[in-house]
Amino acid sequence: MLKIEQISKVFYPNTVNEKTAIEYVDLMVNAGDFITVVGSNGSGKSTLFNLISGSYPVTGGKIILNGKDVTHTPEYKRAFTIGRIFQDPTTGTAAKMSIEDNMITALYKGMKGLRISLNSANRDLFRKELNQLSMGLEDRLKDNVGLLSGGQRQALTLLMTVLSRPKMLLLDEHTAALDPRNAQIVMDLTTKFIARYNLTSLMVTHNMQHAIDFGNRLIMMDGGRIILDLAAEEKKSLTVLKLVQMFKSIKKQDYASDEDLLTP
Amino acid sequence: MLEGIFVDGLIFSIMVIGVLISYRILDFADLTCDGSFATGAAVATMAIVQGTGLVTALLLASAAGAIAGVITATIHNQLKVPGLLAGILTMTMLYSINIRILGGRANIPLLRITTIYTKFPLIFSSLSQSWALLVGTLLIVLFVKISIDIFFRTDLGISIGALGSNEQMIISMGINPKLLKVIGMGLSNGLIALSGGLLAQYQGFADANLGQGMVVQGLAAIMIGEFLFDSNRISLITLRVIFGAIIYKALMFLGRYYGYYIKLTPSDLKLLTGILVIVSLIIAQTRSAASSADARKKALRRNKARRVAEQKEVDHVEN
Ligand SMILES: Nc1ncnc2c1ncn2[C@@H]1O[C@H](COP(=O)(O)OP(=O)(O)OP(=O)(O)O)[C@@H](O)[C@H]1O
Ligand SMILES: [Mg+2]
Repeated sequence: MLKIEQISKVFYPNTVNEKTAIEYVDLMVNAGDFITVVGSNGSGKSTLFNLISGSYPVTGGKIILNGKDVTHTPEYKRAFTIGRIFQDPTTGTAAKMSIEDNMITALYKGMKGLRISLNSANRDLFRKELNQLSMGLEDRLKDNVGLLSGGQRQALTLLMTVLSRPKMLLLDEHTAALDPRNAQIVMDLTTKFIARYNLTSLMVTHNMQHAIDFGNRLIMMDGGRIILDLAAEEKKSLTVLKLVQMFKSIKKQDYASDEDLLTP
Repeated sequence: MLEGIFVDGLIFSIMVIGVLISYRILDFADLTCDGSFATGAAVATMAIVQGTGLVTALLLASAAGAIAGVITATIHNQLKVPGLLAGILTMTMLYSINIRILGGRANIPLLRITTIYTKFPLIFSSLSQSWALLVGTLLIVLFVKISIDIFFRTDLGISIGALGSNEQMIISMGINPKLLKVIGMGLSNGLIALSGGLLAQYQGFADANLGQGMVVQGLAAIMIGEFLFDSNRISLITLRVIFGAIIYKALMFLGRYYGYYIKLTPSDLKLLTGILVIVSLIIAQTRSAASSADARKKALRRNKARRVAEQKEVDHVEN
């Protein structure tokens, strides 16, 4: 599904602010994988997603999506395959437009024509789709999205994203800005949609329990590299404590090898 | 005379719809307008002088404006400069181009030539002269308004609105935002030039300086319209733009006509327009602050009511 070969990202090269955010990362994502991604602040998780989706150009390496080299493909073209949800609930929807106008742009991917798709059949479809959110949005099709709460907006973003039928989902802490109850609702919807539409997914989370509970694979990032990649079997027996211990022991190895370098 | 204000305001309203598309719908601070308005006037005038049909002349005028808008959008897209700078570049270049279109002169009269405004009294011969002009203009404005309303209900039109509100969302939906900007800016400046082409025929001449200060006047009209009523429906938004444009022209007329009692001269009108925009901004700001304060108070009251209700339920269960 997605193959990443030796990608790197350097911000502001050759300046005092030079920052290597991703360093020679390899990753193979199989169709149907649901990978949770953990790692401390600044470890490069969002940057990795930005590279996969094409928001940023890579400094080096290759990205292969569905067998095609998309390393230099613009973001909007990759979006036919990739659906993305950000931490900030305002990024996925247009605040100044009504719910139905937002949903119509998400009904199909790609350039729109002079067709008027916003008819009663599609409004019925939208009501039916909104109904599964159980947030009462089905009665508010004509309300501006800016009037919704963060949780409602994020649920709508999720719904719109799956409505446009991507093959792959990139979720970047998409429940982090929500209160526990809304986070739970959005998380339940997420797993439901992933299963129903068989979406290959990557989900960044700082909630270790979520990282363990969801998905069939877990990767941990640190300093712009993937330092741990656990498959389904290993993940099943995982606990938060074990995960933290693994992280610590890897870090120690790192220090140890650094010391090796120092001692002649 | 009153009809004159309405004709003036209606012709102006087409321009304001153009400004609405760039500033409010696309969120693109576009100054091309000051140039493309005069381009429309120049192209329509020269086409009419050279004997093309009146409808063709107006279509040519809009096309010229649309090209100017496309150029601004392309400069912004390809050179990655802010829209404001791209618009200023096009506007500056247009000043030279407009004089070229006018055959090297700063203005060209349309005297003793059939224009759309000499035709209206013939078409609506049962009406008085001034009413015929008003009805003719009104029909053109209605045609434009309804076409724009329909356009912004299509999938393409809605996606242009979404772009202005959230560009990332458009990218996520697999749409090239650059292409949408080109289309939106072309449409915006096409309308602005159409308005210029009509004004040249109404006042009987084209002038290379006709567009000066148009953007600010357009914004003033939009803001006046926004005071009238609140809506997210495109048909009501364009309607209030038309009202705003007429009210603006009426205010300027009053300024010109009665201003002399307070020693205002016509050259003070630009100052007045600027002050009008600033006052509108201040009122809009205090209004939105007041309405969000109001919303907060309402939310508090709602919460309290809910808590009371929940408490009652708990009491009920406990009993
Ligand atoms: N646009 C940018 N310009 C410059 N530096 C950046 C940019 N984006 C990210 N970085 C840097 O790259 C590093 C990785 O950042 P990134 O946002 O990918 O981390 P993250 O793992 O998503 O962290 P968090 O958990 O806080 O979201 C950080 O040091 C950050 O400062
Ligand atoms: Mg991040």
